[in-house]
Amino acid sequence: MGIQSAAGLLTLVAVLALAAVFLRVRRLAHDDRAYAPVQGNAYRVRAIIFWVMVVVGLPLTIWLVRVNPYSLAADAPQVVRATGYQWYWELDRAQVEAGRPVVFEVSSADVNHGFGLYDAQGVLVAQVQAMPGYINRLSHVFKAPGTYRVLCLEFCGLVHHGMTTEIEVSDGGGSDG
Amino acid sequence: MAEATILPRAVHVADRGRLWVMLYLAATGLVLILMMLAGLLMRLAQSGWLPLDPALFYQLMTVHGTGMVGIAALGGAAVMWHFLSAHVRLHSWVMGGNLALFLIGVVAILIADLIGGFAGGWTFLYPLPAISQGVWPVWAAVLHLLGLLLVGVGFLIWCLEVARAIIAGYGSLARGLGWHVLFAGSTRDVPPPTVVAATMVAIVTTLALIAGAAVIVMSLVNLAFPAVPINPLLAKNLIYFFGHVFINATIYMTVTVVYELLPRMTGRPWKTSRVFLAAWTVSTVMVLIIFPHHLLMDFAMPVWAAALGQVLSYVNSFPILIVTGLGALAIVHRSGLKWDLVSALLLLSMFGWMAGVIPAVIDATIAVNSVMHNTMWVPGHFHFYLLLGLLPMIFALMIHLVRHEDVTPHGSDLEAVLYALFGLGFVSMFLLGGWASVPRRWAQHLPEWMVWDQIASVMALGVIALTTVFVARFLAHLPALLREG
Repeated sequence: MGIQSAAGLLTLVAVLALAAVFLRVRRLAHDDRAYAPVQGNAYRVRAIIFWVMVVVGLPLTIWLVRVNPYSLAADAPQVVRATGYQWYWELDRAQVEAGRPVVFEVSSADVNHGFGLYDAQGVLVAQVQAMPGYINRLSHVFKAPGTYRVLCLEFCGLVHHGMTTEIEVSDGGGSDG
Repeated sequence: MAEATILPRAVHVADRGRLWVMLYLAATGLVLILMMLAGLLMRLAQSGWLPLDPALFYQLMTVHGTGMVGIAALGGAAVMWHFLSAHVRLHSWVMGGNLALFLIGVVAILIADLIGGFAGGWTFLYPLPAISQGVWPVWAAVLHLLGLLLVGVGFLIWCLEVARAIIAGYGSLARGLGWHVLFAGSTRDVPPPTVVAATMVAIVTTLALIAGAAVIVMSLVNLAFPAVPINPLLAKNLIYFFGHVFINATIYMTVTVVYELLPRMTGRPWKTSRVFLAAWTVSTVMVLIIFPHHLLMDFAMPVWAAALGQVLSYVNSFPILIVTGLGALAIVHRSGLKWDLVSALLLLSMFGWMAGVIPAVIDATIAVNSVMHNTMWVPGHFHFYLLLGLLPMIFALMIHLVRHEDVTPHGSDLEAVLYALFGLGFVSMFLLGGWASVPRRWAQHLPEWMVWDQIASVMALGVIALTTVFVARFLAHLPALLREG
């Protein structure tokens, strides 16, 4: 399961669970009971949710910080310099090999752009902002050969939606996917 | 444990204060419908059902984003002022001054965007206002930013007045947040929930507006003197600090209607417990420091900032999920409440807020943000809590005022249920678009993305129709309400 599907599923389950709670409260609201026991139950539920969020959720999110795109591959990466212009991408090479790290050195010659890498199925696989005056380095290993697209993911003016280019990823023999 | 347990009373705002609250709500309703129509045009264009010049699309996008943030604040200000007036003495001329600056600012922004052609987005990310490849003239960018500055200055004065009134009534902002209760165990002068929320709003919104004004002035200087550059990363930090805090503050303004009306409807008080006070203090700090979650894909930012952005975004969900949300559910549960339009809107608002937090926190996870930042997922989560959280709170106050502040159940809640269904359908299409990697802020969509846009367009029609019903009902009663005031 991809990250998008995992995020979507988690959101769906959590929102449905919350909706179920609200619908139950809505359905039982007419039942007139004393407040003290209801409040006591609510405090107990609150304590349980709090400790679950602290004991399970907090360590999980801290651990997940390790999964980030900020570290760079050091083992002989393929380097692509990508510069955003209104409204096109300039790449110093548009062919790389799958299975080996690629470091994209991303910048902009004018305004902010977003360098979004899409696979052949149209799924966003990685991204980084392209900002004037800065070079943002994005390390990525293409798992499968094919034609990948670069779409602009930061609003940059009139032809933002037309700011695309392609990268050919060949089978380098070291592919893991 | 010190607790303020007295039920909120009906609000008897001084005549002029009441007048301004009514006018704020009227302006909010009218601008809201116009901005929703602009949103509908954009979704129709993305659906492939409406040929729309991309230049006009991006102008509408800029007007829609800026306008919606503006009316969220205007409506939020009306709600909070209305209920805060029962607790502290506010100077109503500030409401008038803020509204005047707001309307002048709106006119400036509309001229700049729809006549001048400015389309830099609500984010006006430096240096886009100055570099458009000739799409808009410099004067349009200047006028748009001046309009924003006027709106911001108006709200800054408004926030300072709220802070002054709380300090005059409770002694200090710390006491408005209930720190004497939270940290010293005092049982005297316990601030009611509305005062606690208003104190938080005054603090964080003032800071946000100062940052926003600073970056606007910097951008204006750059427009006048292009040789004076701005660090783009600094500008981005200032803009997202301002934007994040300001839009979050609007829902902290509007939640006062929940704190005030649900207890009156159910006869169950909303206690200012130490847990409640701790939650609001945590929110005050968190809302100011979690904005780097908007900059997770700016690798030039320090990694520690991104890590804090992720972890603290999660922690920031605690107060809403387990204090305010659960508190509202406890007050309603088995309370004997008979649902009507106002109470159903209030319940919906708590669901919308809590549920809207979920996709936001998930997207604030760096690993997720890598593949969902600036996709349709992002408008998905903020439309969730604004459309289904903030707006129902504002509608609830409108209908409550139309009913002369009588909390006895009236009629059915069918309109609230329909609004919830259309709203859920609408925001789900954004989220599904994000799941399918559809980029946000694109004037034209690929054919394979259009199914989400088309369903969203249909759902938007339902949302707009019901919004029009709510607003029209308020406007129809406005002359009588003003005469009563």
